[in-house]
Amino acid sequence: MSTAHESHDTDVDAKSGKTTTGHEWDGIRELNNPLPRWWLWSFYACIVWAVGYWILYPAWPLVSSATPGLLGWNSRTAVQEQLTDLAALRAASSARLNTASLEEIERSPDLLSLARAEGRVAFADNCAPCHGAGGGGAKGFPNLNDDDWLWGGTLAQIQATIAHGIRAGDDEGHQGNMTPFAGVLSRAQISDTADYVRSLAGLVPATDPGAQRGAVVFKANCAVCHGEDGKGKLELGSKNLTDNIWLYGGDKATIMQTIALGRGGVMPAWGTRLPASTIKALTVYVHTLGGGQ
Amino acid sequence: MPTAPAPTTLPRKSMTNGEMLLLVVFALLALLSITVMAKAHTSAYAFHAFLFAAASIASVFAIGNRYMDRPAELPPQTIDGLPNYNMGPVKVSTLLAVFWGIAGFLVGVIIALQLAFPVFNFDLPWISFGRLRPLHTSAVIFAFGGNVLIATSFYVVQRTCRARLAGDLAPWFVILGYNFFIVIAGTGYLLGITQGKEYAEPEWYSDLFLTVVWVTYFLVFLLTILKRKEPHIYVANWFYLAFIVTIAVLHLGNNATVPVSLFSPHSYIVWSGVQDAMVQWWYGHNAVGFFLTAGFLALMYYFIPKRAERPVYSYRLSIVHFWALIFLYIWAGPHHLHYTALPDWAQTLGMTFSIMLWMPSWGGMINGLMTLSGAWDKLRTDPVIRMMVVSVAFYGMATFEGPMMSVKAVNSLSHYTEWGIGHVHSGALGWVAYISFGAIYCLVPWLWHKKEMYSVKAINWHFWISTLGIVLYICAMWVAGILQGLMWRAYTALGFLEYSFIESVEAMHPLYVIRALGGILFLVGALIMAWNVVMTIRKAEPVAAAETPAGLTLAPAE
Repeated sequence: MSTAHESHDTDVDAKSGKTTTGHEWDGIRELNNPLPRWWLWSFYACIVWAVGYWILYPAWPLVSSATPGLLGWNSRTAVQEQLTDLAALRAASSARLNTASLEEIERSPDLLSLARAEGRVAFADNCAPCHGAGGGGAKGFPNLNDDDWLWGGTLAQIQATIAHGIRAGDDEGHQGNMTPFAGVLSRAQISDTADYVRSLAGLVPATDPGAQRGAVVFKANCAVCHGEDGKGKLELGSKNLTDNIWLYGGDKATIMQTIALGRGGVMPAWGTRLPASTIKALTVYVHTLGGGQ
Repeated sequence: MPTAPAPTTLPRKSMTNGEMLLLVVFALLALLSITVMAKAHTSAYAFHAFLFAAASIASVFAIGNRYMDRPAELPPQTIDGLPNYNMGPVKVSTLLAVFWGIAGFLVGVIIALQLAFPVFNFDLPWISFGRLRPLHTSAVIFAFGGNVLIATSFYVVQRTCRARLAGDLAPWFVILGYNFFIVIAGTGYLLGITQGKEYAEPEWYSDLFLTVVWVTYFLVFLLTILKRKEPHIYVANWFYLAFIVTIAVLHLGNNATVPVSLFSPHSYIVWSGVQDAMVQWWYGHNAVGFFLTAGFLALMYYFIPKRAERPVYSYRLSIVHFWALIFLYIWAGPHHLHYTALPDWAQTLGMTFSIMLWMPSWGGMINGLMTLSGAWDKLRTDPVIRMMVVSVAFYGMATFEGPMMSVKAVNSLSHYTEWGIGHVHSGALGWVAYISFGAIYCLVPWLWHKKEMYSVKAINWHFWISTLGIVLYICAMWVAGILQGLMWRAYTALGFLEYSFIESVEAMHPLYVIRALGGILFLVGALIMAWNVVMTIRKAEPVAAAETPAGLTLAPAE
């Protein structure tokens, strides 16, 4: 086939002096340049490298397995080796944390810095999502920096709480929750009780008529768990209502909601998720945040 | 023609098969949609059924009106021996590309701000990051990129085949149907309808509709090539065809789902476990390979030689790198699943094929850049050429970075970090968007018969502002990604993690702010382009049809 733009004259590009393929589409022509040498050899080199990799590593699928590769490498073994290396690296320090008692760890500056180094990262990765980066807490999640403890602030108590959790289905964990009073008390009674609770924390004068009516309701319904004085009972995890530190909020509406609907926050049992030495490190870390007893 | 005096001389007007078929199909679809709307399980799905019903009824009226208004004869294939190009659908698609580009960039800026300042989520589910993120990716890839690809493919295939686009209603169905799919997909994300597969979020009914549109697209393109007046098929058309065919295959494979019911938007994928992950990334990676690489290489192969008025550097290189690219790309997907449950052998193949893909990808870069030889001076004077050359340079950079990141040792650092986002955006902003902007700046004057864009100065501003934006964006993400990767793997001498996850999140903040700033600059550039496009169509100096260098259209566009 011979058209005007395939004639001999137009087969050479005037600017570069190179021949073209002779075709033209909408004014576009193509030069007849060969493949750049460096490009071709680089392409071959990549192919050779790939073939070499196939020989050394698992590569081509067979009927029920794959070619294993001369090096015998596979990712499961590789990750196992890394975990073994890590365990070996940690072995010495973990052993020391495991054998020493919590009190010994806190007394020895050396062990204390070890525990706090592990505890800091373990806390940030596992606990901070609820308790905050610095342990400052959030609504429903206790502040761990103060000395107001629901389930106790000694080393042993903190360790037990971390290992077994709260209402998390662990038999040794803390149980029991704040009972909902919505069907038991009238709305007016709940309102009075909230006034009384706020008067315990000094937010409402004790002479407030609502608080005075609420005192009667409190004595009949709440004192059994929170105590006659409202200071809470450690074995029940019932909140101290007199210190003006609140888990869900100290405004009247929130307290009424707490009384009406009850509360039952959950903390996971970490004993099944973290190694014992890490739980110990976490215990020491939390204990030394500022509120440890 | 109401004034025609002698009806006997007029040919009898009758509906084409296509018009009748589409009328029936849309009437039935309207009935079906109304039924689904009445019995839909969720209100969001009922809303989509309403959109389908409304669009179907509008289509029935549009086809009917068009039939009443049109002359008895369909437009001729040639006028005076010259091809009678059909540029109406190209114009609409070009303008939609500009619109969706701005929408997509804007949503990108919003989600960048949400990452830097979470308050921008406003606690509203519909505009939370989780829903806006797929809206952003779909808007830029499929709405902006897709319209650029459809518009340019319909333009390029006509001009390089010297043939009118195949079909009468079909090209319009492709353009409008595709954009209707975009609306369904986008509103679905905001309402919470998703099948949770990255870049394939739309649910089964949107997927089915897209399949019909895409097959029509394939037929229009193929039939135009088949009736070409040129003896050979131009290289750009190989790339377009590879893109269209492969996307069809990928779409069907990755969306093989069983709907819960005709009246439910939800469906279950037939693949399970790691097979599903493998199919997803076979799809996901080749969406990059065939949508964002092969498709846009087709643009490069037409618009760069055309604008530079230079021959393509090497025909042989184009043919070798084309076949090498499409053969190797399809294997590379497993590199998205390194160090996962995917068997080691599949990971090896994904990685090695990615390495072998490096040079075939660079073949396109060489052909793009070397085509400029003899015309390098135009870089100084023509900001459109400059934009396209920079885009090819970014293409070369991203197609080196990609194989490098696929190496398992590198991937163990880069995977799941912002480096991936940086890599994607050096390709998406630098390569895909820039070659698209270049094509739009070429196409708009050609399509509307103008001498040049309204303001060349504004193109310069667009170029420099958005280049600064890209540099800020990708540098911030490189630093962020490598920082993240190093923080996550850092161990103390005692064998404990050096940093908690949240500390790595905190470290991202300044880099996220810089990224958002880069995105804002990129958006500003695109707004300048949109203004320039509007002004060109309305006010730029027209050119007489006879002296049009490239936009020669003999019949008025409809």
